Amino acid sequence: MTASLLAATGVTKHFGGFYALEKVDFEVRAGERVGLIGPNGSGKSTLVNCITGTLSSDEGTILFEGHDLAGLPAHRRIRRGIARSFQLPRPFAAMSVLDNLRIPLLYAAHTHGGKWRSEEQAGDEAMDILRQMGLDAKADEKSGGLTQVDLRKLELARAMAARPKLLISDEAMAGLSSNEIDEIITILLGMKERGIAVVMIEHIMRAVVHFSERVAVLVAGRKIADGKPDEVMRNPEVEKAYLGE
Amino acid sequence: MKARWFTPIVFTVTLLVVALALATVTNNYFYTAAYIVLQFIILATAWNILGGLTGYVNFGSAAFFSLGAYSSVVMFSLFKAPVPLAIPVSAAVAGLVGLGAGYLTLRLRGVFFAIATLAMSEVLYTFVVNWDYVGGARGAYIILQDDPPFGFSNHTQYLFTVMALMTAFAIAVARYVETSRLGRGLAAIRDDEVAAECSGVPTLRLKLISTTVSGALMGMSGSTFPYFMQYVEPTSSFSLSYSVNAIAMPLIGGMHSWAGPLIGAILLGTIQQIVQVTVSSAWNLLIVGVLLVVFVTLAPDGIMGWFDHWRARRRRS
Ligand SMILES: Nc1ncnc2c1ncn2[C@@H]1O[C@H](COP(=O)(O)OP(=O)(O)OP(=O)(O)O)[C@@H](O)[C@H]1O
Ligand SMILES: [Mg+2]
Repeated sequence: MTASLLAATGVTKHFGGFYALEKVDFEVRAGERVGLIGPNGSGKSTLVNCITGTLSSDEGTILFEGHDLAGLPAHRRIRRGIARSFQLPRPFAAMSVLDNLRIPLLYAAHTHGGKWRSEEQAGDEAMDILRQMGLDAKADEKSGGLTQVDLRKLELARAMAARPKLLISDEAMAGLSSNEIDEIITILLGMKERGIAVVMIEHIMRAVVHFSERVAVLVAGRKIADGKPDEVMRNPEVEKAYLGE
Repeated sequence: MKARWFTPIVFTVTLLVVALALATVTNNYFYTAAYIVLQFIILATAWNILGGLTGYVNFGSAAFFSLGAYSSVVMFSLFKAPVPLAIPVSAAVAGLVGLGAGYLTLRLRGVFFAIATLAMSEVLYTFVVNWDYVGGARGAYIILQDDPPFGFSNHTQYLFTVMALMTAFAIAVARYVETSRLGRGLAAIRDDEVAAECSGVPTLRLKLISTTVSGALMGMSGSTFPYFMQYVEPTSSFSLSYSVNAIAMPLIGGMHSWAGPLIGAILLGTIQQIVQVTVSSAWNLLIVGVLLVVFVTLAPDGIMGWFDHWRARRRRS
């Protein structure tokens, strides 16, 4: 068994009296592809926020490569290798697409020598990533004016630019056409070759089953299932809570 | 232009202009007016580091300006501090207050931050009004008995020259901040703070650097004010005019580069100087208001933004 990359145990988060997450355990191994599903409002994005440091969890521990992340602000977590895309895209709207990628390249990802990149180096690497994502033609456009699908791609490209070990994609496909969904799936499948573990949060079952080696299911802030995709899909509780709505 | 040439060029141009002025202009009114315009260039440039580059609107520029001015008053009262010593100390005091104020207020966003800076300004004003050592509401005199140093023929020309050099310094700092890795991080904060933090930008630290540098430059611009006027009182040094102009000038010139505040301050500052001698200074804030309305409707990205659009259009056709 490969060692776990991310190990969250007993993560609890409440907003006032409302428990968005209750004692959730969630694990990701190096290079693994995990699907995270659950009905609207079940706590998926909240879990992402707790893992990446956008929110601080009330209880539980989150280990990344064996180190406790407690108290680390978000910018330190992405430097350790936890990148995310936002469910509602949050581009740096006044910047060009290329400059959007420069930010994590200059601020999140050390080079191998442990130094920060130069502007030129960051520009070259940003262009490489845009090429892989099929966004290179729009490199100089203002990111504020992009179409939905390009905004989703930009979210993923910017997360990639942090050179992460774990990428959490929060509904990168919502509202996209079937062709566009295939494009995004191909991009996410490509992460494996780079040794990047991916957590895919998605409502589109076809995408999740096709993509995931393992699926976890959140319902009302609790994890009710975790295992092989076909087993999880056959789980009666999952059918009742999730598919049968 | 290569980054490392910028600072030497700015200082060379400044020195040439100053030398030309000193050699040809004898009318002391010119130096007084130029000093005030330069002071506004620094204020606008400093405001823009936090407001334009980082996206936090500071309504308390007058307070930082006054911190600089009153630090000089204290140093002069204590040991007759000369100008070259007063400047760095004033800048340090205002920078430290910028750091502290930033720490207390940066958790606030948008209009709440702006209101907090306004409140801070009022608190400092009340403090100075009640502080007898610096003259309280009556104000304090700085009587310069010695001749100006370095062979200048009078204090006005000397302080004009000092102010010109400080302006060059402020512009060099602003341009460095804007074009460096720091500037990219600030731009990310301006666009989306949560996304910036999640892209590795240490947002709190960068915002504190921004409030500190901005505050220090404002303090620097105020440090020579008591020497220049030979008298300071809180109502004039905390005047709304400083806070309003520090915002209006970058807005009119353009907030996304160092050139914007420079152009806006030269334009607005000069107009106000002319109106002051030809009509009355009572009109100044009204004129600023009218120009603001005109620009916000016709050129929302300021003169520099309008210029960029125009260049882009020409390139396309
Ligand atoms: N900052 C917040 N303050 C109060 N309640 C919140 C906050 N963020 C999330 N919630 C609530 O927590 C619950 C879980 O929200 P979350 O966004 O994690 O769900 P989700 O599984 O991502 O849903 P979706 O599939 O719609 O994206 C929801 O009921 C939401 O209203
Ligand atoms: Mg969500």
